[in-house]
Amino acid sequence: MAVPLSYYLILSGFVFLTGVVGVLIRRNIIVILLSVELMLNATNINFVAFSEYFHNVAGQVFVFFALTVAAAEVAVGLAIIIALHRAHSSIYIDDLNLLKR
Amino acid sequence: MDHIFFFYFAAVIAATSLLVVALRNPVYSALSLLIMFFHVAGLYVTLHAEFLAAVQIVVYAGAILVLYLFVVMLLSIKSEERYHNQLPLAGLLGVMLCTEVILLFIKSQTSAIAPAATADPVAGPGNTEMIGEALYSTYLFPFEVASLILLVAMIGAIILAKKGINEPAQ
Repeated sequence: MAVPLSYYLILSGFVFLTGVVGVLIRRNIIVILLSVELMLNATNINFVAFSEYFHNVAGQVFVFFALTVAAAEVAVGLAIIIALHRAHSSIYIDDLNLLKR
Repeated sequence: MDHIFFFYFAAVIAATSLLVVALRNPVYSALSLLIMFFHVAGLYVTLHAEFLAAVQIVVYAGAILVLYLFVVMLLSIKSEERYHNQLPLAGLLGVMLCTEVILLFIKSQTSAIAPAATADPVAGPGNTEMIGEALYSTYLFPFEVASLILLVAMIGAIILAKKGINEPAQ
């Protein structure tokens, strides 16, 4: 194994930060959900890298659970987006300030 | 050889994850996320997690991304869009987090030495077999809870997206 573990950690940290910035600066809810997927994938890269380096299969099992939660989150999130679009005909978070008014 | 593969996958993953956030059209964002998922699967193969690589392609690229694309096409979103107006705050937070991560990596550079590969990957059981044994013995209860999560998500999605259920009954 030639590639050190820290390279994987740096890659995963970079992808996670990109997801955080995407959640903060985008207005489209769909792109915000895509950024959440980026963050989940960053944690999955971490899990698999540690599982390889410590020879423990538990990390790969946890990737399965993260994947299950990601699938559930996508299903419910997209259903919420469709309901929002039906009620407000907009999916930009600037237009969804019902509690502020 | 390992370094070449790692740097190729890492470069494509970093570039496409930046594109997901930067591109204005949500369809393009979803497609660059698709490219990123494929390269993450390649990274899993270099990490000897072949089964997870297949699952990554089947579930993420095959199911989740298609769901996103369906919704994007269904809602017919205009592509021009300005960024959110909390951009200064987001930039400040991003720079702070970035410097924090870089400092952490610089500080921990000495302790991040990989342990020597003791287990022989050829002699042991296969990757799928090991995952299956761990999943159905040690992690049996979380596995069942995961199925419950999927059931709840399915019912919730149906109820949320059903027409007429949000309007008050007459």
